[in-house]
Amino acid sequence: MPLLTPSRDVQRPAAAGAAAPAIELVNVSRRFVTPEGKAMTALRDFDMVVGQGEFACVVGPTGCGKSTTLNLVTGLARPSAGEVRVMGQPVGGVDPGVGFVFQTDALFPWRSVLDNVAAGPLYRGVPRKEAYEKARDWIARVHLAKFEQHYPHQLSGGMRKRVALAQTFINEPKILLMDEPFSALDVQTRTLMQDELLALWSGTGASVVFVTHDLEEAVALADKVYVLTAGPATVKTVFNVDLPRPRVMSEIRYDQHFVEVCKVIWDALREEVQIGQQRTMDSGH
Amino acid sequence: MTDMTMPSRAVPSSEDIETAARAALARRKRLVVGLRVGILVAVLAGWEISTRLEWIDPFFFASPSGIFSQIAIWITDGTSQGPLWEQVLVTLEETVLGFLIGAVGGVACGILLGRNKLLADVFSIYIKIANSVPRVVLGSIFIIAFGLGMASKVALAVVMVFFVVFANAFQGVREADRAMIANAQILGASPVQITRTVIIPSAMSWILASLHVSFGFALVGAVVGEFLGAKKGIGLLISTAQGAFNANGVFAAMIILAVVALVVEFAITWVENHLVRWKPTPFHEQT
Ligand SMILES: Nc1ncnc2c1ncn2[C@@H]1O[C@H](COP(=O)(O)OP(=O)(O)O)[C@@H](O)[C@H]1O
Ligand SMILES: [Mg+2]
Repeated sequence: MPLLTPSRDVQRPAAAGAAAPAIELVNVSRRFVTPEGKAMTALRDFDMVVGQGEFACVVGPTGCGKSTTLNLVTGLARPSAGEVRVMGQPVGGVDPGVGFVFQTDALFPWRSVLDNVAAGPLYRGVPRKEAYEKARDWIARVHLAKFEQHYPHQLSGGMRKRVALAQTFINEPKILLMDEPFSALDVQTRTLMQDELLALWSGTGASVVFVTHDLEEAVALADKVYVLTAGPATVKTVFNVDLPRPRVMSEIRYDQHFVEVCKVIWDALREEVQIGQQRTMDSGH
Repeated sequence: MTDMTMPSRAVPSSEDIETAARAALARRKRLVVGLRVGILVAVLAGWEISTRLEWIDPFFFASPSGIFSQIAIWITDGTSQGPLWEQVLVTLEETVLGFLIGAVGGVACGILLGRNKLLADVFSIYIKIANSVPRVVLGSIFIIAFGLGMASKVALAVVMVFFVVFANAFQGVREADRAMIANAQILGASPVQITRTVIIPSAMSWILASLHVSFGFALVGAVVGEFLGAKKGIGLLISTAQGAFNANGVFAAMIILAVVALVVEFAITWVENHLVRWKPTPFHEQT
């Protein structure tokens, strides 16, 4: 069955030759120095290639180094060794083409929904009128038109996530990084948000790296799933997911092929999760 | 299913319950206010009677009627150092000036050091030392340096305010959420924009909390400064009365000071409530 191809070779064939891949991590390592002065390695010999317009998911045990990987792509952190390239260029600071959706609430609580969504264009020097027009448009696209003047604390968790999506998408990022964005939501809301995300993403041509610890979420969303080893993280296996798009999140989980794909990837992931758990238990005194 | 067939007549409607609860609440409120007024009246009456019957000496312990007539004289005839309103205004002016300078300086330094790790590491030791000096003692130095005029009182009020506001602003900046800062950065904010739109608003509740207490400190600074040496002000009123063994005058000045402090306190609370609109209502205020 050629539908599912575990492979380390993820470079797209000839067609991609013209355009550089959206994101490239080449042999990247990232070490932290703890406050006690000890060095610890979070990423080791990490290779990753995400083509333009591709949706990549990253799964791995908790604490293995997934967030660290994303931070390297944003330019907020530098690799200790190796190179990180975005659109063929080495990363040297925050790239305006990058958008990031955080796991925790990163909205500005003192700003209304409208002001939160308009923040990106305003920071980037777009005239106020235009910025707010654009913000209204994006708020309508995430179905929050009635809540423009609300403050984040007046919204539900799912609504706040919609605001966060609008806030990110309004900048029209070419690269969209998402760090367990839906992990704090209940299952029904999460399914809705996944659909919402795919709807917003389709047609933008943006490349996505979506970190999650939920394997089913990864398979449902991704073109390609990276399974990481328990820390220090390195790529264990890359799986191509060839489920047809558009996908409907509430139905895909009953799809026979989906279930098969999950099983195959889980076989790779399980081992790492067990190692990760063993470690937490060992260090848990 | 006996529960379901209970006669509904026996169950009071929710409206009845609400009316009863509201009535109980009103009764209780009346009781509290009544008791408060009662205690005040009892204390004042006891004080007045004791001095009239000379159980205690009104010369040392003053008397409510004496204090009242002292205030009345100050209002109608003015004090020995000029009209009463002038004393109040002078003290208020010193307080407000000292408060503004101290607060602005404290906020500015707090944000600067909060945003710059090196500056914070270098200066933290000096700030600790300066903070450990009892600030009222500085009043004497300021009077020597700046004279009996307004400047020395303003200076004392400034140092009273500065450290409190500084410490809170610094802490507020440090507590600003990492993810929120990273979010602003990725959305395209420059360092200045981050300070203005993320750091300052998130430190704002800390800063406001400190402004609240530090206005009181500014008032203390101004009054103590006047007490130590001045030409005008409520503090001087107290020290003059004290010098003349006028117990009524000391109490009268204290009451005026308390009224001023209360009015200002209300004003600050009002400003606070209008500045921090985005905050969720605390649970105890929700109904
Ligand atoms: N700023 C930091 N300083 C020191 N150690 C860090 C820092 N950030 C992350 N780490 C460590 O790196 C490892 C990977 O963290 P992270 O990338 O957040 O994991 P994940 O997102 O996969 O749960 C963890 O062991 C974490 O403790
Ligand atoms: Mg993480």
